[in-house]
Amino acid sequence: MLHIVNKSPAERNALESCLRVAQGGAILLIEDGVYAATRGNAAENHLRDALSRFKVYALAPDLEARGMGDRVMEGVATVDYGGFVDLVAEHKNCQSWL
Amino acid sequence: MLIAVTINEGPYQHQASDSAYLFCKAALEKGHEIRRVFFYNDGVNNASSLTEPPLDDRNIVARWSKLAADHKLDLVVCVAAALRRGIKDDNLAPGFRISGLGQLVEAGIEADRLVTFGD
Amino acid sequence: MSEGTIKKFMFVNRKAPYGTIYALESLEVVLITAAFDQDVSLVFLDDGVFQLKKGQQTKGIENKNFSPTYRALDGYDIEKLYVEAESLAARGLTEDDLLVDVTVMSRAELGKLMDEMDVVLSF
Repeated sequence: MLHIVNKSPAERNALESCLRVAQGGAILLIEDGVYAATRGNAAENHLRDALSRFKVYALAPDLEARGMGDRVMEGVATVDYGGFVDLVAEHKNCQSWL
Repeated sequence: MLIAVTINEGPYQHQASDSAYLFCKAALEKGHEIRRVFFYNDGVNNASSLTEPPLDDRNIVARWSKLAADHKLDLVVCVAAALRRGIKDDNLAPGFRISGLGQLVEAGIEADRLVTFGD
Repeated sequence: MSEGTIKKFMFVNRKAPYGTIYALESLEVVLITAAFDQDVSLVFLDDGVFQLKKGQQTKGIENKNFSPTYRALDGYDIEKLYVEAESLAARGLTEDDLLVDVTVMSRAELGKLMDEMDVVLSF
């Protein structure tokens, strides 16, 4: 399953809930969700621990818009909107953690 | 692949409608078909023809209308959510239509994937 | 066409009622989905568990109390109501605080169930 997270981990618990409940698959961080994938953020270790269970992606245009394009932590892949579409197509189902 | 999209937030206030638009555009470019875009919750405000953004900003409503015209997209606004928020046929932008929630369920049944954009 | 197709729909409710409209408008989709004879599951996770709290009195905020609708879901053949155990515990609630019969699940059980769905709608 593809899990889409669009919230900053410092503001809401969407990513935390996703990591707690979801059993695996892929996580795509979009909108304010991309802050979770940046080096030095408070949720970095939490997300790093999850890399063994999930493939983690972040939407590059959202990172760039926020001036964080060069801060992506190791182990997280970036995709553009076309990559977002591919992730949706590749996974049997998806869920947005609103 | 047949993809359906639902948008639960209004334009400008939240990035959801922008993300959904760019997602749909990318999906169409890749040869996927967008079965339907369903506007729910405050998302119904994306259909207001009364929207007048500043000239140097993107026109979110007009952008949806154009995408619908270019690709024969089915843009459906939930009637119950729309009436709550003052969206009616009188102020409905081109390319949108007002219908029931059943259209969301039907899109979920018929499409291979349903992607939600919201808050 | 949709006729005859039965998909597994899951509604994930993670927000408390009244502060925002999501809980109410989620419920409206749930009722319509049942009318399409789909396989419907409702999940209450995080603050979503507050939607099921007994004793809601909304007169003072001049909002419609829609919580009785959860008890009526049975009549629409919606019987799969799942609540995540940790979400309840983290809010000082137990099953006895809820206004309807639910299945309490561990996070792992719930995660597994999500994977099995065809369509997941979150509100």
